[in-house]
Amino acid sequence: MIDTATASAFFTSGISQVIGALLFILLAPLVGGIITGLDRKITARMQGRVGPPVLQPFYDIKKLFEKEKMVVTTAENFWVFAYLVFIVISGMLLFANSDLLLVIFALTLAHVFLILGAYSTGSPYAHVGAERELIALMSVEPMIIVAAVGLYMVTGSFETYGIIVSSTAPILLIPCLFIGMVYILTVKLGKSPFDIATSHHAHQELVKGLTTEFSGSTLGMIEIAHLYELVFLLGFLFLFFGLAAPLIGIVVIAAVYLLEIFIDNAASRAKWQFVFKGCWAITLVLGFLNLFALYFVR
Amino acid sequence: MLDMLCFLILFPLIAALLMLILPNGNARDIIVKIAALITAAGSVYLFIETFGKGIRYVSIGNGTVDLIVFVAELVIALFIIAISLKFRKYIVTALGAIQLAFVLYLEYLMHSGVLPAAGELFADEFSMIMTLIIGLIGGIICVYSVGYMRGYHEMHKDVKDHRKLFFFLIFLFLSAMYGVVYSNNLVWLLMFWEITSLCSFLLIGYARDELSWNNAFRALMFNVLGGIAFSAAILYIVAVIGDFGYLFMDKLLASGSAVAIIPAALIGFAGLTKSAQYPFSSWLVGAMVAPTPVSALLHSSTMVKAGVYIIVRFAPIYEMTYTGMALSLVGGITFLIASAVAIGQSNAKKVLAYSTIANLGLVVACAGIGTEAAIWAAILLIIFHAVAKSLLFLSVGSVEHQKHSRDIEDMTGLISEMPKVSVMMLIGIAGMFLAPFGMLISKWAAIVAFIDAMKPFGAVYIMIIAFGSALTVFFWTKWMGKLIEVRHPKTPLAREATPQEMFSLYFLTTLTVLATIFFPLISYDLIIPYLESLGSAVPVLLSSGDIITMFIMTVTIVLLPLSMAYFSNGRTIKGQYMSGRPVDAELNFSGSLGRTMKTDISNYYIEEYFGEEKNCRYGIVISVLILAVLAAILVYTFTSGAVL
Amino acid sequence: MSGLTKSPWIIHYDASSCNGCDIEVLACLTPLYDVERFGILNTGNPKHADIFVVTGSVNEQNRQVIKNIYDQMPKPNVVIGVGICACSGGVFKECYNVAGGVGQVIPVDVYVPGCSVRPEQIIDGVVKALGILEEKRAAFAAESKKGTDTGANADAKKDGGN
Repeated sequence: MIDTATASAFFTSGISQVIGALLFILLAPLVGGIITGLDRKITARMQGRVGPPVLQPFYDIKKLFEKEKMVVTTAENFWVFAYLVFIVISGMLLFANSDLLLVIFALTLAHVFLILGAYSTGSPYAHVGAERELIALMSVEPMIIVAAVGLYMVTGSFETYGIIVSSTAPILLIPCLFIGMVYILTVKLGKSPFDIATSHHAHQELVKGLTTEFSGSTLGMIEIAHLYELVFLLGFLFLFFGLAAPLIGIVVIAAVYLLEIFIDNAASRAKWQFVFKGCWAITLVLGFLNLFALYFVR
Repeated sequence: MLDMLCFLILFPLIAALLMLILPNGNARDIIVKIAALITAAGSVYLFIETFGKGIRYVSIGNGTVDLIVFVAELVIALFIIAISLKFRKYIVTALGAIQLAFVLYLEYLMHSGVLPAAGELFADEFSMIMTLIIGLIGGIICVYSVGYMRGYHEMHKDVKDHRKLFFFLIFLFLSAMYGVVYSNNLVWLLMFWEITSLCSFLLIGYARDELSWNNAFRALMFNVLGGIAFSAAILYIVAVIGDFGYLFMDKLLASGSAVAIIPAALIGFAGLTKSAQYPFSSWLVGAMVAPTPVSALLHSSTMVKAGVYIIVRFAPIYEMTYTGMALSLVGGITFLIASAVAIGQSNAKKVLAYSTIANLGLVVACAGIGTEAAIWAAILLIIFHAVAKSLLFLSVGSVEHQKHSRDIEDMTGLISEMPKVSVMMLIGIAGMFLAPFGMLISKWAAIVAFIDAMKPFGAVYIMIIAFGSALTVFFWTKWMGKLIEVRHPKTPLAREATPQEMFSLYFLTTLTVLATIFFPLISYDLIIPYLESLGSAVPVLLSSGDIITMFIMTVTIVLLPLSMAYFSNGRTIKGQYMSGRPVDAELNFSGSLGRTMKTDISNYYIEEYFGEEKNCRYGIVISVLILAVLAAILVYTFTSGAVL
Repeated sequence: MSGLTKSPWIIHYDASSCNGCDIEVLACLTPLYDVERFGILNTGNPKHADIFVVTGSVNEQNRQVIKNIYDQMPKPNVVIGVGICACSGGVFKECYNVAGGVGQVIPVDVYVPGCSVRPEQIIDGVVKALGILEEKRAAFAAESKKGTDTGANADAKKDGGN
């Protein structure tokens, strides 16, 4: 569809990395905000409501920065800020042709910072939220690494541009890994039934879990990071299609996101045991089978 | 050159003997520090002197030395038999007797032949890396011990003061450890190997109560078992191959898999026992009863590294063989299961022990694969693990002296009481699993190395490392969380630890950070030359893009704390949300009927999945099965001569 | 227009109501009324909330709780007393354990009387509250601008705890 020779010429030049990184930093919050707004709108429609304006996520963030800067300990801001910075860095690296494994490690680091922020408040609710977020992190980590390895085995490159200029869409060879990624996407997006650490839906048993003690601009930073992370995750999914099938990729990803919204509305929160066991079982079965098969296909 | 290698083996030995004479007191403490300094300086000097010069051999060429080695091995075996008889540990006695028989039979066989006298000692880039680890970390742990042991005896009044013996053993151990990494002659290597086992045994039994002795004997049992496998390898070379020249490691390694696979496998087995892989891992966990500097020096940064050192040395022999795969699977299983078990532990030293076992497992997994990329990852793991883990052990030791507990739950909010030690502990923990610190780089390298290894079994390794690193993230992060979880700020202690302890901690923290920053240099100047000396083409292991990525992360991490300055201004401080109940500073709240309810926050240990007993049982069963397959492979190789 | 009035998040506390008003508050979230149209979310956490909705009369048991929740809400914030009990104590006013309306404990910005209150009235009350919230926000913004210039926030740190 797109001339791969021209594309690879562009993507191997250093300037494309700078452009990729800059575009991510500037546009990701906008794109992420609009997707989140649409998400809330669609959610409302699924429930027979009108729903908030599409720009609601931006209003929320603006509001949070207008509020009093209230903290339990000033250290919490440091951790949350580090979380934001590293979410941005990992996304930036993803869009600037870095090694996919290093990108994943940067993402893990970011989440560790968020969890540490919750710990640092010394609050019982945040503590349980932090432990659960940690379980969620442990649940999804293997699948992401396996997916990265699968992408490498298909395209011969760990670098993201190397992956997207591949002449065949990786998903053709690693469909199971894509399904696995879709499964853990629910955890990563914090959607029901896997919203064990903190929830967008009204109350939950842990007050607000992980984010209980964060308010005002601290919470605002977390919300911004969520927007970046959303774009990061969708970008990661796009690697399964690459430039070999960009339009199909966008359509499939949109469909996947709609599915996530549907599941979010249709499911009640699962126990963390289920989240953990489910993710690992999926990774073990789908991940291993697909990787093992790849050795023979390749 | 000759002088330096011998000096590093002999100087700690002399220092050790001196320690036996000197009485407790400031004079001895100062001499310990000086000796440690000389050892460290000697290591650095040797490093600088040999830097970039490739492999060097040193010939002693003297029959007397061989006689001394023989006598030493005899004495060790007899000592093991005697002490195990005294404590009625008859299994150890039996193993000691087998060892003794092997030594005698070996001497009988060697007696008739002539041992070519060339290059008993050698040093290359890998030895230099080990030299620096032993010299710098060993030296600094000696310094730490001076302060720590004084506090140890103030805290444990019931333990009899054997500090003379303690310092004797520590220096003897350093000498033996240098011997292990410099020996080219396998018979010498075996002697040094046995000395380290013995030092470890006596240091684990330092407290001399029943628990200590039991754990010490368990350690001794497995280590002697490894020693027997090692002597069996030597016997095989002498009796079956029949060429004494193969007693020299360089020649054995050069001979290729066809000749060397059986001795290499036996030595690999010895390496598994020494580095506490499943099914032998229980000794290392038991060894945590020893004073903390011992755990830091012997049981995390050096002695257990001798096990993986020898496996990495023999890695080229294992490459693309089922023997190597069996070894590396044992390592992989150990990595996975020991990481899982670490989640279920709240005793800080046990967490460290299991994480040590796990990381050694990863090294073994890489070394068993034996490709250049895998060896690269293995050596990086050895370096970063040694630095960060010794820092963690020592900081736990210092915390224990203040809080009188090793439990991670008791470290809640430690950062407000002991800010300096806590921050260093955080750096140590981050060094164990977070980007851009060293261990993570090594894990990344290991993933890359596993993909193309032993097709199609690479998928198995990928799954092992993917699940294993997820487990690692869990137990380290929750520990970090406990350290910074402050319910209400307390006044920091004026003196967090003795000056010696603080100095050691600062030093190791700096080393952790420097190793992270300069790791591309370590790779280019030390590991790549070593890989090239193995004779095959070395693939590009580290692209400039990767270095830039890591550089970006490192710089960001360094700059981030500056944001604290902004975030500490203009904030309203409010207490934690406790559902509106009236609470006190420790968050104890008034419940119904006016009772005060205690608030207690504990980490998740998830014993249901990560229980020690259950998982260790799995680990042992699986690894025994793999070792049984390995034995079958070796028998087949022995009878048919075909290398699998 | 500020972000605050477009995204007011609510914490709802049931002091000691008969649950009639609580049901009506929840009814506002249902598709029929759908307050999320206005960006209103029910957070259940004072640290995230801008509007404190109290139903029921205040008694001696929850007096401190209401104070604590109010105290833990970041400024600017408003309080709405929903239902006649929250306004004045209602039929429970004379009970031995009832202190009266929410106004006895914390400053209330909007009173929404009724027994029980209709959802339309509640929404109307919230819209009224938004006007007050906007005023408070402007005042807060001016004050904190002055505050950072002189470092007057230092004394705010002292009143830690709940």
